[in-house]
Amino acid sequence: MKQSTLVWAIIFVLGAIGLVANGLLRPNGFSKQFVLVTPVKFIEVDVAAPIGAAPDEKTVTRWVASDSPMLSLPNVSRTRTAPVGWSDVTEVSATEAWRRQGAPVVAGEPYVQFSWANTIGVWIAAFFTLAILSFLWNDNPVYKFAESVVVGVSAAYWMVFAFWSTLVPTLAQPLMPGLMKAWALPGTSGTHESMWWVAFFPLGLGLMLLMRLSPKGAWISVWPLAFIVGLTAGIKLVSHVQADFLAQISNSILPLVAMREGAFDWGKSLGNLTLIVGLLSVLTYFFFSIEHKGVVGKVARVGVWFLMVAFGAAFAFTVMGRITLLSARMQFLFDDWLWLIDPNGSHTVVATVKAATGVLMSALVT
Amino acid sequence: MLSLLERIDRRVIFLLMGLAVSIPILFPLPLDYKPSRLAQSVFDAIDQLPEGSRVCISYDYDPASAGELQPMATAMLYQAAMKKHKIFFMALWGPGKTLGSEGVQQILLKYRPEYRYGEDYVELGYQTGNEVVIKVATTDLKLQFPTDVKGTPIERIPVMRGVANLQAMDLVISISAGYPGSKEWVQYYVSAFPGEKFVTGTTGVQSVSLYPYIPQQIIGMLGAIKGAAEYETIVKARYPGPDGKPPPELGEGQRRMGPQLSAHLLMVSLIILGNVVFFLQRSAKRRKEAGR
Repeated sequence: MKQSTLVWAIIFVLGAIGLVANGLLRPNGFSKQFVLVTPVKFIEVDVAAPIGAAPDEKTVTRWVASDSPMLSLPNVSRTRTAPVGWSDVTEVSATEAWRRQGAPVVAGEPYVQFSWANTIGVWIAAFFTLAILSFLWNDNPVYKFAESVVVGVSAAYWMVFAFWSTLVPTLAQPLMPGLMKAWALPGTSGTHESMWWVAFFPLGLGLMLLMRLSPKGAWISVWPLAFIVGLTAGIKLVSHVQADFLAQISNSILPLVAMREGAFDWGKSLGNLTLIVGLLSVLTYFFFSIEHKGVVGKVARVGVWFLMVAFGAAFAFTVMGRITLLSARMQFLFDDWLWLIDPNGSHTVVATVKAATGVLMSALVT
Repeated sequence: MLSLLERIDRRVIFLLMGLAVSIPILFPLPLDYKPSRLAQSVFDAIDQLPEGSRVCISYDYDPASAGELQPMATAMLYQAAMKKHKIFFMALWGPGKTLGSEGVQQILLKYRPEYRYGEDYVELGYQTGNEVVIKVATTDLKLQFPTDVKGTPIERIPVMRGVANLQAMDLVISISAGYPGSKEWVQYYVSAFPGEKFVTGTTGVQSVSLYPYIPQQIIGMLGAIKGAAEYETIVKARYPGPDGKPPPELGEGQRRMGPQLSAHLLMVSLIILGNVVFFLQRSAKRRKEAGR
């Protein structure tokens, strides 16, 4: 048997034993997810114009919630259309679910139930977390599988997302408002807005961009690309000059002798001096029209030191970020999946640990 | 010993790092945080606004950065809710819309159950266009966000009355993981309209590039998880939960500082060890060459 096969076999066996032990030692199990199901019912009503209303006010038909106080108004009457109902589902903690356990379920009132979908979701998330982390040992089929799933899911997600967040509301809606209101965007007016025809321009540019796929018409895609490049350059130029050039010059004009409450402020003065020396020396380093020799060379050298400090700070910040992401994943495994910790009191770990300890002790005594 | 250190397997270092991060999660370290000036500035920016001010929170990140940014997003939303501000949720990143909605469910409606959608807060959602979203919203908010996330035209939403553009906000907060995010807010909102108040919470990677904007363009910034932990300290002290205890949701940043400490200690130790091995190797090589 290859060494790597043996190592993986040991890891899987230990992992399986750990999961079984964790399940046996916890009376309430682990990684269970619960949801609060809230039934919602809407009724179609005719709202008659009140007595004395303007002549152009007519009866309006609209949907209202079944518990709306509006239903008791004298000018509101139900239509013959059947009510429409569905259930809103929101996550609740296991602690909350156990607290409500045994409470009678009243028709139409919210109730808590175990969620298979969310529980399986936690297990899938845990599996993929471990699958990706397994790359640290070496490249393996489980990692490859997880990597492929990430790529595939991401591509599909962004495709669907772009369709619903970009194509439908910003292109299809202005061009076909009636159809979009009926099909996807009920909150919109359903009529053409002023200047709606402007949407033909992005449609045309988009179709031209797609010509890139045509061997003979690929040149047509250069035109919309030129438009994108020109537009982006124009938008960015002004903002960069304003925010990163002029404003930064203004921010750098600082007093070398800073005062606070009438006294010399050493800290502030030293800080300002460091900033100005750093700024000038780094600018000198990036000034290539003069050879970096003599005084210029020495100032540029100081600039290099400042740059090194900046790179070091950037690297340290990056390390901090990456460790945070790792700790967040580990916390997910220990908290949401294995229920070994409970910082938010979401699954009453204290009670389960006590119970688990009791089970363990009785097992040992037996 | 030297030869052992020279041949140390990288997987041993991975294992040590895994332990350094895991152990403080299982057994949290009692750490104390002294808030920095920047964290205090963020707190003051939200706190010094009169009750009922308009605060826009832009969720400019996705779940990949949530480990770093969610703690500060939670704490900022909690503070804004405790101050009874009118809150406007938006997102420059698609998944940010969902993260904002989660914040509404888990924080806003939990600690401010009296808040009513459309009257005290509104979810404007995500709009495609990156920095152009900011640019257009500073001219005409309705043009950029014709409806909220539920599809209701914004002119029918009570809290939107009197909000013609982003300048109507008393404070804009961006929780940002990159492009588009804090930098674009500075470029297209703060710099274009000097005097508008803007604070941000960012990832560690992005923090360095934002320091030059402080304090003139960005009045307060929470940099990485350390910034979040410091900010949580201030918020918890000022606004304890309804039962007098700190809300459990407000400790994530502080809890993640324990793994930071042990992981950083390990890294520093390994860097020192690596240098010691390097110099020992070099002197051994020189001795060997001198002996020939």
